[in-house]
Amino acid sequence: MDIQQAQPNPPAAASDKRRVRVEKSLQRRHRAERRFRFIGMSAVVFGLGMVALLFISILAKGLPAFWQATVVTEVYFDPEIIRVDPRPVAQPGESPAQLREREMAWQTQVTMVNWNRILEDSLIAHLPEAASARPRVRQLVTSGERFKLRDMVVENPGLIGQRAQLKLLADANVDVWLKGNIDRSLPDAQQQLPPEVRAWADQLYERGVIQMRFSTTLFVNPDSRGSLASAGLAGAFVGSLYMMLIVILLAVPVGVASAVYLEEFAPRNRFTDLIEVNINNLAAVPSIIFGLLGAAVFINWFGMPLSAPIVGGLVLSLMTLPTVIIATRSTLKAIPPSIRQAALGIGASKVQTILHHVLPLALPGILTGAIIGVAQAIGETAPLLLIGMSAFVAAIPGTPFDQSTALPVQIYLWQGNELRNFFEARTSAAIIVLLALMLSLNAFAIWLRKRFEKRW
Amino acid sequence: MNNWVLVCVLLVAMGFAYQFGTMRSRSLVDGKARMHSRPVHHGLLVALWCGLPAFTVFLLWSLFEPGILRSAVLNQLPPDMAGLQGHELEVLMRRVQSIASGFGVSDQPAAYELAAAERLRSLQGTGRLAMIASMAVLAVTGLVYALRRLSPALRARNHVEAVFRVLLVVCSTIAILTTIGIVLSMVGEALHFFRFVNPVDFFFGTVWNPRFSTTGAGELGQFGLLPLLWGTVMVSIIALLVAVPVGLMTAVFMAEYAPGWVRALAKPIIEVLAGVPTIVYGFFALVMVGPFFHSAGLAVGLDIRATSALTAGVVMGIMIIPFISSLSDDIITQVPKAMRDGSLGLGATKSETIRKVVLPAALPGIVGAVLLAASRAIGETMIVVLAAGNSPILHANPLEAVSTVTVTIVNQLTGDIDFASPQSLVAFALGLTLFAITLSLNIVALYIVRKYREQYE
Repeated sequence: MDIQQAQPNPPAAASDKRRVRVEKSLQRRHRAERRFRFIGMSAVVFGLGMVALLFISILAKGLPAFWQATVVTEVYFDPEIIRVDPRPVAQPGESPAQLREREMAWQTQVTMVNWNRILEDSLIAHLPEAASARPRVRQLVTSGERFKLRDMVVENPGLIGQRAQLKLLADANVDVWLKGNIDRSLPDAQQQLPPEVRAWADQLYERGVIQMRFSTTLFVNPDSRGSLASAGLAGAFVGSLYMMLIVILLAVPVGVASAVYLEEFAPRNRFTDLIEVNINNLAAVPSIIFGLLGAAVFINWFGMPLSAPIVGGLVLSLMTLPTVIIATRSTLKAIPPSIRQAALGIGASKVQTILHHVLPLALPGILTGAIIGVAQAIGETAPLLLIGMSAFVAAIPGTPFDQSTALPVQIYLWQGNELRNFFEARTSAAIIVLLALMLSLNAFAIWLRKRFEKRW
Repeated sequence: MNNWVLVCVLLVAMGFAYQFGTMRSRSLVDGKARMHSRPVHHGLLVALWCGLPAFTVFLLWSLFEPGILRSAVLNQLPPDMAGLQGHELEVLMRRVQSIASGFGVSDQPAAYELAAAERLRSLQGTGRLAMIASMAVLAVTGLVYALRRLSPALRARNHVEAVFRVLLVVCSTIAILTTIGIVLSMVGEALHFFRFVNPVDFFFGTVWNPRFSTTGAGELGQFGLLPLLWGTVMVSIIALLVAVPVGLMTAVFMAEYAPGWVRALAKPIIEVLAGVPTIVYGFFALVMVGPFFHSAGLAVGLDIRATSALTAGVVMGIMIIPFISSLSDDIITQVPKAMRDGSLGLGATKSETIRKVVLPAALPGIVGAVLLAASRAIGETMIVVLAAGNSPILHANPLEAVSTVTVTIVNQLTGDIDFASPQSLVAFALGLTLFAITLSLNIVALYIVRKYREQYE
C-alpha cells in the first residue's frame, strides 16, 4: 500500500530483472535455510537413532539369555551309588583346625561320589537307546548340576533312596543348538556337539523334557568356568553393591563437606583457588588414571588386597568426589542469600545457619548429584581392571575384603569367553542388568528432583 | 573385644556424655545467669571431649600395633630361624597367628612355634588391655574435665563449631591430596621405570615391543611411545570427526529451531548416551559396529578389519556426541539475543544468522567444548580395549587395528602386578603422559570457556 506508493517507478525491464534476481537469490537462500535445518534435524535423528540402535540391539541379543534350555526330569538318588559316611561333628579336645581337616576329608568323599552316573541314569530313562553311550549323554546337562545334587544330599541326607522331580540346566552347547545360535547346516567337524547328542536334544525338546524356562541362574550364581550354562552374575552384583555402598559412605559425606566449606566458609585466597582449579581438573582426569593411583597407592604402598571391593570402592570414591562436590556447590549457590541472612539476623551462628537452613533446602539437589555420581561409578570398568578385579572369582564375596569382580568387569570377562555364541547373549543379559540398575538409580534421582525441587 | 564393638561402646559413651552435658547445662541455668551457648552445644562439647582423645588413641594403636607385635615375636624366635626371608617368614607368621588365635593348625606345631604363639597371645592380651584401659581413662578424664568446665559463660558453641570447621577443611583437602597422590605415585613409579629405559627411547621410540617380564632380565624389549600415541590420536580424531558435526548440529537445532516439546523430549534421550557405561559401547562396537563395517567394506571391495581404529573411533564419537551437544547448546544460548535480532533485522535468514553471527560469536566456547571432548576421547579406555584391535604398529591406515596409550596401560597392568619390572612400570610412565596431555587440554579448554563466559556476562 504505502510502500508501493513510495516506490519510484523505474523502467519496467530493469525492475523486472532485479526482481527476478532477488527472487532467485531468495529461493537459493531459502533452499539453504531448509537444507541447514534438515542437516540439524538429521543430526538429532542420528543421535536418537543411535540410542535406539544401542538399546534395541542389546535387548534383542540379551533377552533370550534369560530363558535357558532346562531338562525337567525325575532323578533317583540311588543308594548303590551314593555311599558316604555321616558328617563329622566336633569331638572333645579337638582344635577347630583339626575339625576342619576332617570336614574337608568328608566333603572330598561326598564330592567323589559318581553324581554324573545319577544324572546319566535319569536321562537314559528318557532315551533308552543312549544307554550304551554314557559319556555322550552326560553332555546334555551342564556339568555344574552334579554339584546341585551333591548339595541337596549334604543338606538333606534323607534324600538318598528317594526320587525327586528336578529342573536341571542343559549344557551351554545344547542351549546354543536349540536356540539356533549356531548354523545347523554346518558339517559335524565344526559343530560343538556330536551328531547323536544333537539328535537327542531335538528329541527331548520335542517331547517337552527339555524346555526353555526362565532361569534365575543368572541372578543367583557366581561366575563359573567349568559349567558355563550356570555362570551367573551374583558375585559381580554383590561386589558392585559393596563398592556402591563404600562410594555412598565415603564420597558423599566428604564431597558435601568440602562443597560446604568451599561455598560457605572459605575465604577467597590462593589456597581455595587452588582447591577449586584442582577439583575442576580432577573431574576431567581419565578414569584409568585413578586405577593407576589405586594400584600404586592402595595396593603397592598400603599393601591392601588385590581384587577386593574395598580397594575398588576407595578408587571409585576418589573418582566420584569431584562430581559430588560440583553438584553440591551448584545447589548451594542456588539457595538465595536471604535465607542465610534471615537466620544470621536472629542470632544463629554460621554453622547453625548451614545445618538448620541451607543444607535441608539443598538436600534434594545434593542427593540428585550424589546418585548420578554413584551411578557413574558403578558403570566404570577401566580403573577396576588395574587393581586386579578382573580375576576369575567363583564365589559370592561375603565381605568387602574378599575377592570379587564387579558388574562391568564381569561383562568385560564374558565378552572375551571362547564360547562366543553362548556368551554373546549372556554378556548382553549382563549389560541389561547393569543398565537396569543404572537407569533405576537415575530415574530415582530425577524423581527426587521433580518431587522436592524448589524454584526461587 | 572386637574393634567394631569397641567403636560402638565409644559411640554409646559419647551419647551418654552428651546427655550428661545437656543435663548439667540445664541445671546451671536456674533462671539466674544468661547462658552463652545452648545446652545442645554444652552436650556436644562434653561428648567431643569424651570421644575424640580416646578415638585418637584407638586409631594410633590400630595403626602401629601389628608392626610392633610382629617385631616382638620375631625377635624371640630361635637364632637359626632368624635368617628366614619373604615367603617362608609369612607362612611362619600365619601359623603362629593361627595357633595364637586358638584355631590351631592341622599338623603338630613345633615347640618354637608354640612359644612364639604363646608370646604373641600374651602380648596381644596385655596390649589390648592397655589400649582399652587408656581409652577408658581418657574418655572418663575428658568427660569429667569437660563437665567441670561447663559454666554459663563458656563459649561452647564456638568450640564445637571450630571442630566442625576443622572437619570441613580436612574434607576439602582430600581432593588436593588425591591430585598429589596421582602426581607423586605416577612420577615415582615412572622415574623407577626410567632407570631401566632411557626417557629419550621412551618418548621418541617408534617400536613398541615390551617382552614378557617372565623371560628373564636378559632382554628388555623396546618401549617406544610413538605408535601408541599415534593410535590414540588417530582414534580421537575419528571420534571428533563423528562427534563434532553431529553434536554441533544437534546443539544448533535444539537451541534455534526445535519447538519446546522436541527439545524437552530429545535432549534427555540424547544425554542418555553420556550415561551409558563405556564397556557397553565397547561391546556394541565389537558385536555390532565392527562386523557391520567389515561386511560393508567387503561390499565395496575394501578390507576393513572388524576391530580397527575406525570402529573404535566411530563408536567413541557416538559416545561424546552429548558432551559436545550439551556444552555447545549452553554456549549458543548464551549468545545475546540482540546479536541475532540485528542480523535478522538486516534481512538475513535464520541459517545465515546462525552461520555468520551466532557460531562465530560462540566459536571460542565451542572450541573449548571440543577440547574437553578430545581429552575425554584420549582418556577413554574400554571402547578401544575391545574394538581397536590392539596392534601397536606405526601406520596411518584407519582401517587397520591400532593400539592406544590406555589399552597398553590395561595390558601391562592386568594380571600380575610386579612393581619391579619395567613391563609393569611402563604403565605409570604411560599414565603420566596421558595425565599431562589431558590436564593441559583441560586447562586450556576451561580457560577458553571461562574467558568466553566473561565476554557475554
